Amino acid sequence: MSADIDRSSPMTLTTEQDPRQPGRPPAPPAPAAPADPGQEQTHGRAARLRAALGTLAAHPGLLLAVLYLALILAWTLAPSLFAGTDPLRTDPAASLTPPGADHWFGTDNLGRDLYTRVVHGTRTSLTAALIAVSLSLLAGTVLGVLSGYLGGWVDQTLMRCVEVLIVIPGLLLSLAVVSILGFGVTNVAIAVGISGIPAFARVIRAEVLRIRSSVYFRAAVTSGTRTPVILLRHVLPNASQPVLVLAALEIGGAVLSVSALSFLGYGAAPPAPELGAMVSQGRDYISTAWWLTTFPGLAIALIVLCANRIGRALERTGVR
Amino acid sequence: MTTDAPQPLLSVRDLHVAFRSRRSTVRAVRGVNLDLAPGRTLALVGESGSGKSTTGLAVLGLLPPGAQVTGGHVTLAGRDLTALRERAWRTVRGREIGFVPQDPMVSLNPVRRVGHQVAEVLLIHGLAEDRKAAHARAVDLLADAGLPEPAEVARTLPHELSGGMCQRVLIAIALAGRPKLLIADEPTSALDVTVQRRILDHLETVTEQHGTALLLITHDLSVAADRADEIAVMSRGEIVERGPGHRVLTAPAHPYTRELVAAVPDMTAAPAAPAPAGPPLLEVRGLRRSFDGGRTAAVDGVGFTLAAGGSLGIVGESGSGKSTTAQLVLRLDRPDAGTITFDGHDLGSLGPAALRRLRRDIQPVFQDPYGSLDPRFTVAQSIAEPLRAYRTTGRRGRQRRVAELLDLVRLPATAAGRRPAELSGGQRQRVSIARALALTPRLLVLDEPVSALDVSVQASVLDLLAELRAGFGLSYLFISHDLAVVRQVCDRVAVMRRGRIVETGPVARVFDHPGHPYTQELLSAIPGRRARTPQPG
Amino acid sequence: MRRYVLVRLANGLIVLWAALSLSFLVLHLVPGDPVSIMLRSAGGGDPVGVDRAQADALRAELGLDRPLYAQYADFVSRALTLDFGTSFGTGDEVAAMLGRALPSTLELATASLLLTAVLGVAAALAATLAPWAPLRNAVLSGTVAGISLPSFWTAILLIQVFSFGLGWFPAYGDSDTSRLVLPAIALALPSAGVLAQLLAKGLRMALAEPYVRTARAKGAGRLRTVWTHAFRNASIPALTMLGMMIGNILAGAIITETVFARAGIGRLTADAIADQDFPVIRAIIFLAGALYVVVNLAVDLIYPKVDPRIVLQPA
Repeated sequence: MSADIDRSSPMTLTTEQDPRQPGRPPAPPAPAAPADPGQEQTHGRAARLRAALGTLAAHPGLLLAVLYLALILAWTLAPSLFAGTDPLRTDPAASLTPPGADHWFGTDNLGRDLYTRVVHGTRTSLTAALIAVSLSLLAGTVLGVLSGYLGGWVDQTLMRCVEVLIVIPGLLLSLAVVSILGFGVTNVAIAVGISGIPAFARVIRAEVLRIRSSVYFRAAVTSGTRTPVILLRHVLPNASQPVLVLAALEIGGAVLSVSALSFLGYGAAPPAPELGAMVSQGRDYISTAWWLTTFPGLAIALIVLCANRIGRALERTGVR
Repeated sequence: MTTDAPQPLLSVRDLHVAFRSRRSTVRAVRGVNLDLAPGRTLALVGESGSGKSTTGLAVLGLLPPGAQVTGGHVTLAGRDLTALRERAWRTVRGREIGFVPQDPMVSLNPVRRVGHQVAEVLLIHGLAEDRKAAHARAVDLLADAGLPEPAEVARTLPHELSGGMCQRVLIAIALAGRPKLLIADEPTSALDVTVQRRILDHLETVTEQHGTALLLITHDLSVAADRADEIAVMSRGEIVERGPGHRVLTAPAHPYTRELVAAVPDMTAAPAAPAPAGPPLLEVRGLRRSFDGGRTAAVDGVGFTLAAGGSLGIVGESGSGKSTTAQLVLRLDRPDAGTITFDGHDLGSLGPAALRRLRRDIQPVFQDPYGSLDPRFTVAQSIAEPLRAYRTTGRRGRQRRVAELLDLVRLPATAAGRRPAELSGGQRQRVSIARALALTPRLLVLDEPVSALDVSVQASVLDLLAELRAGFGLSYLFISHDLAVVRQVCDRVAVMRRGRIVETGPVARVFDHPGHPYTQELLSAIPGRRARTPQPG
Repeated sequence: MRRYVLVRLANGLIVLWAALSLSFLVLHLVPGDPVSIMLRSAGGGDPVGVDRAQADALRAELGLDRPLYAQYADFVSRALTLDFGTSFGTGDEVAAMLGRALPSTLELATASLLLTAVLGVAAALAATLAPWAPLRNAVLSGTVAGISLPSFWTAILLIQVFSFGLGWFPAYGDSDTSRLVLPAIALALPSAGVLAQLLAKGLRMALAEPYVRTARAKGAGRLRTVWTHAFRNASIPALTMLGMMIGNILAGAIITETVFARAGIGRLTADAIADQDFPVIRAIIFLAGALYVVVNLAVDLIYPKVDPRIVLQPA
């Protein structure tokens, strides 16, 4: 926003450089590192992989999140391996069975196995969320890079357009888009993807601006490297870390939005399984069959929790 | 320890501090002993990572998270501080020990008025009846700190003050509770040399006035020698030598101290060899560049000539426009007016293609060894970047050239596969130099190339630069705030102030017989003079 | 100051106008024209054979037979007087429909905004100040749960537990204040989670700043350090998010009002989307946009109070 911090007061003498990098907390001294030229240190891909595994081992919560996401990715790729039966198969004799050995999550009013429906529903929701985030990521990257790199009137115009999208709350925007495109899972995914564009565009623009003012960017210019090469080799790789963090968080957000739209009845048409729609259908039975809303809702919450956990872990391990 | 010495105010016995992380434990302070008598000044000197700041923070009970006192005792006026609980610590900090931090610009709360921040000490320790009295007293304290119009200053916000003024405010805060001991952690290293001198003078005066003992933590041996009754030199968590300032500086006993003293650039040494007479390589005329839509002129009519094979130093304090000048010569920024002629070509009139050809001959080395290398590039990729850009050779040729360059800047061949995060500051700077040399340029623009380095590392990088210049007949445009460094590397010098060059000439002449008053002030502010001249008594 | 407000308002109006124009254009890009939508919903949702003459009459009545630019000019000038035409679905004045639905939503939004502020600040402070690390972590996990749980599901859980289980609050409707409690909680949880995380992160960063060390060196205790030094610096990012959070509360009301059967703007939106009732949708988008512009202007005016370094300057 345009409320700027005014740092150019007449009494200020800005420090051009400070010799000791003050302001940082005193770092624990690296035992032998400052020797110049230095000793052998661990490096390379193997070391980084080891470090990543070490991080996982040290954070059991993170490990669980990664394992759970791996599991539901497997559900998404091959649902029938995990829940053999057809999610649409009805069995009137076994309607509204509580969770038990035969039906882990119980059955619904038509006797359909809830566990099977949750597995397939997760697949639907996750696929839609992935489509949505891919769309936001792609469009946001193009907008953000153009805006940040070209600057000037291009930046002004693009950011105004993005602001129009920001002004309308995300869910309302998605709903409006769905009302135009029509109902259905794919349209819901597109709608959610569109409402996610501004976040990506802004983050990527900020990253491009940060990298543009970096010293290594200047060094690349004086090295004679051409603009497109600088963009590909310096700007995009260095911008990727915060974008990755955002993508992880946005997958969680997209799962929430997709299921919310389905809950309201604009997503998958019944009887196709979708987590949000399943919660909505289960509402009619909340006093008699708690499992109908509990399990699909829990499935959504778990995906989002895991995505958030991984996003925060990525944020901490950032290469800066 | 002699038994007849007066009871020390502060005594540190066999102090151990360790930083613990999930993976490792680093012993930052290992068995440090210190004694400080009331009213005396003790300087703790060391390079980064020596444990000097950690020692200071341990005395204050303000170790960062993860750090812990693992052994030993700190006693203040007979009271064991290491045994204190947090609540008791609060009555010590600010009341018995005052603290002057490292970077004044970020050590004051940016959103609270300066007067509040001074008055806060008085309110915490019940030294004023009410807010109003505390505030009135704060204005007095600001006046004592040598701030002009203290009532005015009390109403300002920290960002409206200069670094030197902020440091005076922080000194006022540290002294507000009339502590017996003041700990100053690198109180002037973020400040310009003339400001540094005034702040140190002020610290000296006020501690003398109040009889406050001062623990001065600094990386600068000369500052320590000038200001302290006694110096303790720290290296890798241990005190390796202690003694009176003059003695340590002129006759160091421990090998580490000797190395440290030898690395300090010498203001009495013979200046760098002059350039062979020849046509000018770089000619700058009437350079002008302003920001904020013309309101502040960063560079205001700068002109100079650099002979082929010559080395021109541009010295000045922060805000003098010296770095902007470097940016303009590197064509990373365009001047509002003036010309830059390199080898007969006017940089301003060149098209993109011709400019790109010319860039090969003008290469930069930047100050920041942390930021000047792409964190994702390996050393080899960084050094090879100019070679790729100009397609000088194929893959094989590039590899060979990178190996050559690594050798040239004295880095092991194994460094090629590393990333910047795995290198020390000095190593990074060597990589930057190798990258700058990759295309065999004729002019290097060095913007504060050693100011972020420890003095021993700085000395080795400066030696390398001198060697390279002699070996390849390079010309240097050398930007620095440090006059001693310039004396070592340059044959000519230009002194900049507020966007203008106030004096220029051969290094020997300008340094030994400065003509302009500002040059004189700069030279006299360099620490170390007082300690080097033998003191009577 | 006054100039600043005017410039910002003008900027806001431009963005609003862009949003409106977008929604106008979009209506004309929709497959199938408004008239058939209206007749369809009049005919009970069945795509019955539309009577041509009837359709033409309706088209003329709505001015839809006029050229696009004339319709656009008419639309914008009417929007300026808050006249959004009539609903395709009910034939009522859109402005009047909004007016009827607004009080219920305002009540809900205010309650949940207050709840957001209280819960968010309390959780952030607890996550920073609690003397026991597991407790701090538990609070932080709570905030993560707040933003991870789908609000329609928490709403149902609340009903299951507090209405059907314990019988403390009625489940549906908006006739009295006791019916406000559950929806306000359901609506507040996600934004409280966001607020708490932003604040906690800001506090964590502020507490690592050198000025906090200065404060501790003065002898300041933990409470004083957090409250007088870190909190103000930490609240700026949260303030920046306020505009977005209010927007999200409004959007969240679409779900909450549906679950709790409250007749507010959210419910109106859900119905309008289902019926493709574009005049209503457009008006709601305009309302949300206007709210965003106003809230952000207010936030901008508050900034200098929180961070006096900020000087309001028209960009």
